[in-house]
Amino acid sequence: MKAPSRSIAASPTARFALIASALTFIGIFLLLPLVTVFVEALSGGVSKYMAAIVEPDALAALRLTLLIAVISVPLNMVFGVTASWAISKFDFWGKSLLITMIDLPFSVSPVISGLIYVLLFGAQGLLGPYLAEHDIQIVFAVPGIVLATIFVTFPFVARELIPLMQEQGTESEEAARSLGASGWQMFTRVTLPNIKWGLLYGVLLCNARAMGEFGAVSVVSGHIRGLTTTMPLHVEILYNEYNFVAAFAVASLLAFLALITLLLQSVLEWRDAAMTTAAGASL
Amino acid sequence: MTRFRSETAANLLAHALAILAFTFIAMIALGYGRPAHAATVTLLNASYDPTRELYQAVNVAFAKAWKAKTGDDVKVQQSHGGSGSQSRAVIDGLKADVVTLALAYDIDALAERGKALPADWQKRLPNNSTPYTSTIVFLVHKGNPKGIKDWSDIVKPGISVVTPNPKTSGGARWNYLAAWGYALHQNGGNEAKAREFVAALYKNAPVLDSGARGATNTFAQRGIGDVLLAWENEAYLTLKEFPGKFEIVTPSESILAEPPVALVDKVVDAKKTREVAEAYLQFLYTLEAQKIIADNFYRPRDEATAAAAKLPAIKLFTIDAELGGWTKVQKTHFADGGIFDEIYKP
Repeated sequence: MKAPSRSIAASPTARFALIASALTFIGIFLLLPLVTVFVEALSGGVSKYMAAIVEPDALAALRLTLLIAVISVPLNMVFGVTASWAISKFDFWGKSLLITMIDLPFSVSPVISGLIYVLLFGAQGLLGPYLAEHDIQIVFAVPGIVLATIFVTFPFVARELIPLMQEQGTESEEAARSLGASGWQMFTRVTLPNIKWGLLYGVLLCNARAMGEFGAVSVVSGHIRGLTTTMPLHVEILYNEYNFVAAFAVASLLAFLALITLLLQSVLEWRDAAMTTAAGASL
Repeated sequence: MTRFRSETAANLLAHALAILAFTFIAMIALGYGRPAHAATVTLLNASYDPTRELYQAVNVAFAKAWKAKTGDDVKVQQSHGGSGSQSRAVIDGLKADVVTLALAYDIDALAERGKALPADWQKRLPNNSTPYTSTIVFLVHKGNPKGIKDWSDIVKPGISVVTPNPKTSGGARWNYLAAWGYALHQNGGNEAKAREFVAALYKNAPVLDSGARGATNTFAQRGIGDVLLAWENEAYLTLKEFPGKFEIVTPSESILAEPPVALVDKVVDAKKTREVAEAYLQFLYTLEAQKIIADNFYRPRDEATAAAAKLPAIKLFTIDAELGGWTKVQKTHFADGGIFDEIYKP
C-alpha cells in the first residue's frame, strides 16, 4: 500500500496543498457551523441550555424524532437487504424498473414526497372519505410523519448494498449451498458478513436522515406543538418565536445524536479490526 | 477462520443495532412515564403566523377560567403557519377545533371547499367574528435613516421594502391592500394609477417570504431592507425583542385588518368538543382576554381596554366599504392571473 502513495504524492508541495485545502474546506463548511450551533446554544449559560432541553415540548419533539427513527430505520433495513438481494442475485422481469423506483425518493423534492401523502390520505384525498368514516388519522398525525420519513429514507440501505452485492457475485453463496447450508445459515454466515459494513453504513445514513428530515415531514406534520413536531420542526418554531438560545439548544441536541451515531460506527470498525487481527493471530 | 469471522460479523451487526434500538427506546420510554390526565379535553387552534405569543397567554387564562367554571381541565394545542396554508391544512384534514386566521377569505375557503362550517360563519360571533383588529404600519431602522414617513416614500427608487408573498401570507395581502387603498385615495379612485403605485412598491421588494414572521426575521435578524411592512402587533413585538434597533412609522392612513375566528363544526362534532370550543372563542371577547390582546399589541374590540392600550390613532379604511369585500378582492387581485400576477415580475 505504500508504493502508490509515494508515487502519487511525489511533490511535497502538492501533498501539503491538497491536505491543507481539504482541511480548510472541512473547517469552514462543516466544523465552523457545527461549533457555532454549540456556541450559540450555550451562549445563555448551561442552566438556560438545560432548561430549553427539558422543556416539555422539546422533550416531546425528541421522543417523536426517536420514535420515527425506531420505526422507519428497521423497516428500511429489511426492505433494503431484500431489494438489493433480489436485484444483485437474481434476474427477473421488471428489475430495471425496481432499481429506478428505489431511486425515486432521491430524485423528487422532499416537499413533493410529503404532498403525495396529503393527496392520498388527506380529507380531500383519494382515501380520505374511507379514513374519515373509520376515524383513522394518517396525515397531520404520527402515521403520516412515519410514512413520509420511510419514503424519503427508502433508498439509503439499498443504494449502499446493490453495488457491493453485485460486485461480490453469487459464488460464495453457491458454495455454501453445495456444502449443505440452509438458506438462513447461508444468509447469516456468508452473505451478512460480506455486506456488514455496507449495511451498517446504509443504516447510519438512513438513521441520520430519518432524524433530520425537514421538508417532507413539514408538509404532513400539521405543526401541532408538542404533538406532531419533530426536532427539526421544533427548531424552526423556536427560531420563529425569537427564542434563539432554545432553538440552538435543540439543534445542538440533534447534532449530538448524529455525533453519537458516528462514534458508534468508529467504535464498531475499531472492534472489528481488533477481532480480525486476534483471529488471524490465533490461527 | 471463515467460520469465526462470519460469526463475529453477524454478532457485531446485531450488537450495533441492538445498542441503537435500545438507546432510542429507552429515551422514548423516559418521556412516556409521565402520568396522563384522563379527564383533560384537548382543543386544537390552527392560527396564523404572528399570534404565537398571544395564544400562549390566552390559552393559559382560558384553561384557568374553564377549570373554575366547570372543574374540567382543558389544554389548547397550537399550530401556526401562513394563514392560507393553515386553511389548506384544515381542508386537507388537520383536526382543528377552531381556526383563528388572518383574514375572512381563508375561512370562507374552509366553508366552501372543505364543507367544514356553514357559509354564514362570520355572523355567529360579535363584530364579524373578529375579537380584535389590527392594521399595517412600517418598521424602519433606528433614527429612520431613509426618512420614510408615508406610503409615497416607500415606492421611491432605491428604497428596499420587505413584505411577504400575498399568495401565501394573510399579512402580505393586508399590506398590499393598504398600499392599494392609499393610492386610490391619492388619485381620486383612479385604478390605473393605483396599479402603477403598487407595481412600484413590489419593484422595491427584493424577497417575498411565505409568512409574516419569516419576513420579520428577514428584516430584523438578517438585516435586509430599509422598511418592513408589518402587522402593527408584529412591529411592536419586534421593538420588544430587539430593543433600541428599530422604530415604528405610522403612515397617514392604513387598512383596518380584521382577523376572524371560527368554530370548525365538522371537527368539533366528530370530537364532541363543541361546548368547550365555543366557550374558548367566546372567552376571546371577555375583559380578561381583551386585556391580553391589548398586552400583545393588537387592538381590542372593548373600547375601554382599547383606550387604555394607547395605540396611536390612525385613519383606517375597511375592505368591505372601499374595496368590495374579500371575495371580490381575492378574485381581482390575488387569484391566478389577477392584478398581483400582472404587476409582480421578479
